[in-house]
Amino acid sequence: MSGPSTYEPKTGFTRWLDSRLPVVRLGWDSFVDFPTPRNLNYWYTFGGILTVCLMIQIITGIVLAMHYVPHIDHAFASVQRIDRDVNYGWLIRSIHAVGASMFFLAVYMHIFRGLYYGSYKAPRELLWILGVVIYLLMMAAAFLGYVLPWGQMSYWGAMVITNLLGAFPLIGGPITEWLWGGFSVGNATLNRFFSLHYLIPFLIAGVVGLHVWALHVPGNNNPTGIDVKSNRDTLPFHPYYTSKDGFAIVLFMVIFAFFVFYWPDALGHSDNFIPADPLVTPALIVPEWYLLPFYAILRAVPDKLGGVLLMFGAIGVLFILPWLDTSKVRSMRYRPLARWFFGFFVLACLGLGWAGAALPDDPVPGLGAVGVDFLMMGRVLTVYYFAYFLVILPILGFVEKPASRPASIEESVLGNSSQSAPAAVPAE
Amino acid sequence: MRLIRTLFIAATGALAAVGLATAAGEYRTPEDYRFSFDGPFSSFDRGAVQRGFYVFNQVCAACHSLEHLSIRHLGQPGGPFHDPEYPNPNDNPVVRAIAAEYIVEDGPDDYGDMFERPGRPADGFPQPYANEAQGRAANNGAYPPDLSIITRARHYGAPYIRSLMMGYGEEPPEGVTVGEGLYYNPYFPGGLIAMPPQLQDGLLTYNDGTEATVEQMATDVTEFLAWASDPHMEQRKQLGLMVLAYLVILCGLLFFTYRQVWSKVKH
Amino acid sequence: MTEATETPGAHGEEPSRRDFIFIATGGALAVGGAFILWPFVDQMNPAADTLALASTEVNIAELEEGQEITVIYRERPHFVRRRTAAEVEAAREVNVANLPDGDARNFNIAAGSPATDENRSAMTAVVSEGVEIEDAVRASLLVTSANCTHLGCVPTEGAGDYGAWFCPCHGSHYDTSGRIRRGPAPENLSVPVMTFTSASVLRLG
Repeated sequence: MSGPSTYEPKTGFTRWLDSRLPVVRLGWDSFVDFPTPRNLNYWYTFGGILTVCLMIQIITGIVLAMHYVPHIDHAFASVQRIDRDVNYGWLIRSIHAVGASMFFLAVYMHIFRGLYYGSYKAPRELLWILGVVIYLLMMAAAFLGYVLPWGQMSYWGAMVITNLLGAFPLIGGPITEWLWGGFSVGNATLNRFFSLHYLIPFLIAGVVGLHVWALHVPGNNNPTGIDVKSNRDTLPFHPYYTSKDGFAIVLFMVIFAFFVFYWPDALGHSDNFIPADPLVTPALIVPEWYLLPFYAILRAVPDKLGGVLLMFGAIGVLFILPWLDTSKVRSMRYRPLARWFFGFFVLACLGLGWAGAALPDDPVPGLGAVGVDFLMMGRVLTVYYFAYFLVILPILGFVEKPASRPASIEESVLGNSSQSAPAAVPAE
Repeated sequence: MRLIRTLFIAATGALAAVGLATAAGEYRTPEDYRFSFDGPFSSFDRGAVQRGFYVFNQVCAACHSLEHLSIRHLGQPGGPFHDPEYPNPNDNPVVRAIAAEYIVEDGPDDYGDMFERPGRPADGFPQPYANEAQGRAANNGAYPPDLSIITRARHYGAPYIRSLMMGYGEEPPEGVTVGEGLYYNPYFPGGLIAMPPQLQDGLLTYNDGTEATVEQMATDVTEFLAWASDPHMEQRKQLGLMVLAYLVILCGLLFFTYRQVWSKVKH
Repeated sequence: MTEATETPGAHGEEPSRRDFIFIATGGALAVGGAFILWPFVDQMNPAADTLALASTEVNIAELEEGQEITVIYRERPHFVRRRTAAEVEAAREVNVANLPDGDARNFNIAAGSPATDENRSAMTAVVSEGVEIEDAVRASLLVTSANCTHLGCVPTEGAGDYGAWFCPCHGSHYDTSGRIRRGPAPENLSVPVMTFTSASVLRLG
């Protein structure tokens, strides 16, 4: 899409097709001859991995829906029947359940890569925002899907999350009741959650289409963050990146398969093998690991509404990130200060996940002696999370002196033996 | 390869976080025990699963249901009484004989009445109580949980069940009052359990001559419940080995393809 | 692979190392893809619990001569008919060689057995050990699928040219042995696996 199309139909049929419905041309220009920076590293393979993850979830999900019964009296038993009696049901359900975790693992790699290399900056703001929309939809799909087995964690997870919305004054009560379709989480809730859980992956697929479209207009960012200047900076997507992505995808599948076959319950919670019981709350309610950081942010605020707003704000801030980062330099490879703050940000996210998993009043191992409990840790890290976006990145753009950068992607790859010491390129 | 290491660290970090989420309720960590099915290639010990089924039938089944299992599951591949000669467990004479020992309610017949008949392999295991209220009434208000998926439904899994069965008899620590109808068991969250001690040495006689000590029975019944919770474990591990071997080979091939494709360009 | 990567001579007399790797990778992908398909196909086959429920018991003690009941076996209706002596006689007189379908279509006996009435009736059922049952009773009992072999409609009892079953959908006539005699149906009504588990109970499946 950048530059004229290079597709030349060769046979009579392809010429006929091309003048009526140029799908082959679209595919050729997008995934075969698409000019891609020659210096993309393995962090750039997660886009392809995520596409595969989405396809796996959709295919296994459609299959599971053939056997699953969305009724509170039968849901739990129907899941057990899938595990026990349906041919290869245990395998397909395991792939779907582990696949949700793998999907998030890959999407976090993808997001952090974008944060590090400045992929959210102009002209890729919309590409980034569409990515955040996909992430939001993924969280919705994951939450809805976790309710379906109708175990204890399903029920109480649904209860806690829907009650979050009750925090909003005036509209909170009616909205929760509207979501439930009853006076509490019940059969009507399960039914609609199933319906929506089936719908959302197709919405995700649609937004992924827009995401790829928005990627192919400006083209890929790259680890140097420097724009493509000539065709010496790029390689055709196929076979160079199809082979690299293909290798990375299968490598990822090895990890995926290890969990599916040898550790299928590791990423879930044992309480979800206990049927939902509205009378008994499990001792500790935690979301799946991929939502734990947000759970910690929610708990960091002593006020119900405040916590909910802050939690939504943690994702909301991502939408305006392209305009918060004031630096003229894209890649943190050349931002000596920003990369440190980024490193702390990654640690803060992991720490928030840890805090979200623990009991708030428990002391943090190693820090308990000085009176740090997980609640306090969660609060400190929450402050850093928001400060990174709202304070550090906006100010850093003005005070940071970027390191010298190569003049082009080609130079960064091939070296600059022809030139003497490169003149430091000032921030444009 | 830095990528693999990063992925691995990220995954372990996430798992550690999940593992920590279990601290609720004070209880003793179960005794570490190496079950026959623990390793990545190991399978169930069929003798132990058979003995465990016997213990379950003689002891546990009086109060605990096995709701998600049918009798025929005993004879399916991977099950304790599987016989390759009978691919359809309904035909397996051992399973049929076990089924016939149960009295099952069926019906309605042509006159609309329910009737009782000997069990068939396709029947579920009989439920000890008609409903939860009856179960609670018969057990001092505590409902004996269903045991179909019990080892997957408890954080420490099989070792927890085994330790719980062997964990009676200790004096409660100071300050713990054991109420009426409760028993002290340090492995149970909170330490006070409504289930009385069930096992004692020589409680039953095994067909295969194994001595029926408390530890033996606890281990055997845990082995049975582990099978009941995850009946496709053996198939899962076998298939997993093949899939992983395939993926590793494919990974190598793709790596060479990638290197070959990129061999002419500097990057 | 695109022309861009093609090096001169790569497609010479013998395949190069490069080609070998590409072919091996492509082959491995194709084989793996084919294997991965199977679980997703097989999951739509009847599950273990469905297969396990595949037997039905019929109380034959109260079935009078000339009476017919319809039972459900493997989710499909089946006729269980205690035929009159005249009906049995009529069925036995038919020359098998003239039948549209000469195969007994009986799962109790070998495939391809001739479609005589003896090969169709409950004479072919297994009798459990210790069960005594009169030959006349066994000969009079006929159990067949109640789905017309044409397109699956349920034939009407006591109608048609042969006084037994007539399928109203497309006009297939069956005789008192459940054999197709006239009309579009290609096969005789099939006879399920049967066992007399007692003098009064016939188990299907």
